[in-house]
Amino acid sequence: MATRHIISIGDFDRSGIDRLLDHAQQIDSKKYDRNALNGKILAVLFFEPSTRTRMSFESAIARLGGTSLSVGSVDACSIAKGETLADTIRVVSGYADAIVIRHPKEGAARLAAEFATVPVINAGDGAGQHPSQTLLDLYTIRQSMPIDKIDLALVGDLRYGRTAHSLASALSLYNARLHTLSPTGLELPDTLVNELTDKGMEIVNHESIEEMIGLVDVLYVTRIQRERFPDSASYFNVASSYRITPELLNEAKERLIVLHPLPRVDEIDPRVDESPHARYFEQSKNGVPVRMAMLMDVMQ
Amino acid sequence: MTHTITADENERLQIRRIKNGTVIDHIDGGEALNVVKILGITGTTQEALSIATNVPSRDMGRKDIVKLTNRELSKEEVDRIALISPHATINIIRNFKVCEKKGVEIPTIIKGIVRCPNPGCISNTNEPIESKFRVLPKGLCCYYCDWVITKDLTSNII
Repeated sequence: MATRHIISIGDFDRSGIDRLLDHAQQIDSKKYDRNALNGKILAVLFFEPSTRTRMSFESAIARLGGTSLSVGSVDACSIAKGETLADTIRVVSGYADAIVIRHPKEGAARLAAEFATVPVINAGDGAGQHPSQTLLDLYTIRQSMPIDKIDLALVGDLRYGRTAHSLASALSLYNARLHTLSPTGLELPDTLVNELTDKGMEIVNHESIEEMIGLVDVLYVTRIQRERFPDSASYFNVASSYRITPELLNEAKERLIVLHPLPRVDEIDPRVDESPHARYFEQSKNGVPVRMAMLMDVMQ
Repeated sequence: MTHTITADENERLQIRRIKNGTVIDHIDGGEALNVVKILGITGTTQEALSIATNVPSRDMGRKDIVKLTNRELSKEEVDRIALISPHATINIIRNFKVCEKKGVEIPTIIKGIVRCPNPGCISNTNEPIESKFRVLPKGLCCYYCDWVITKDLTSNII
């Protein structure tokens, strides 16, 4: 049987996503074999900083009875000596039963899958794909409402935000309507917009968060990076106009949920944390059952 | 009495017949140099190479022709040409006679001909891989990073 990899959300059809989310739900309700991956080793190969993704994968393998291996910092591994990723992957394939990789270059996970003899899971490659984040985003939405035909707003840096791109692509399978709000120059890339509209997705661009808030079921907020702006003043100007506050949420639908891939900086007022609309910490926690389902999918 | 040169005669006048080799005909006007580039034929090639550009053509208005002596191009080589000139025809010549005549077919995957324009793509690093693209109706899609080349393909030829 061919080795199964998870590289891009685009590799899934709708039934594949639904099946994985059903499995995650089963795991979430504690109905799973705690020794399902007993004796299996997961290599956690992160060439970029990460807190949530890395720890939740390590937690996921531990909860299934397996163990994880990692290289520590990139400076301490052979990549720093000039080894190619292809060679690193060939070597690590001999030490582990699956590899989770995060890398700054787009397409790195696809390359890893070509050279690995064990399953590869992409945990983010540059501005490219981050399928486990998308799956846990969908899982979190599904906990509150059926995903079909929802109105979802993407807010923030939509040009470079890989989580926003992957989520938008996945939602095109669910007949969702997409609303966008982003600073000038940080809009969704044209190629993605064309791809989504070709699939029949309706995309509505908005000028202000106030005009949009009453229309949507999910508010997906992403971090606006300070380094994208020429100076601090223009950053603060934009950041303040996109800030989610309890006052703004007074105008929202009752069932609206607020998601954020985290870390947040200034985008969401901490007072929103207590609101029934806030789901971002739940979303982060959902990383564990969703990644457990992914590991079982490729390692069993 | 005056004699007007026909398109056919004009073509014959511009390049002599070859004894053995490959004639690539019906190349879109102005694309011959890119065809040569795609085929990896450089200035240091040993074979005699003749190129005619913007030759009048009844069917195409104007066309380019490439004649390469003593080398028979394989199907995989000539199919690459389809990316920039889908109407090209290939004639394999042996002892002045056309032994094989075939059109070009657009391949589903192309390897090592086009560079991914995305500077952040893993295929633009020192990894031991060739560039690889899926040929889709909308353009060429990088196998690694999903970047889609929709225009100006020739400027990305390696």
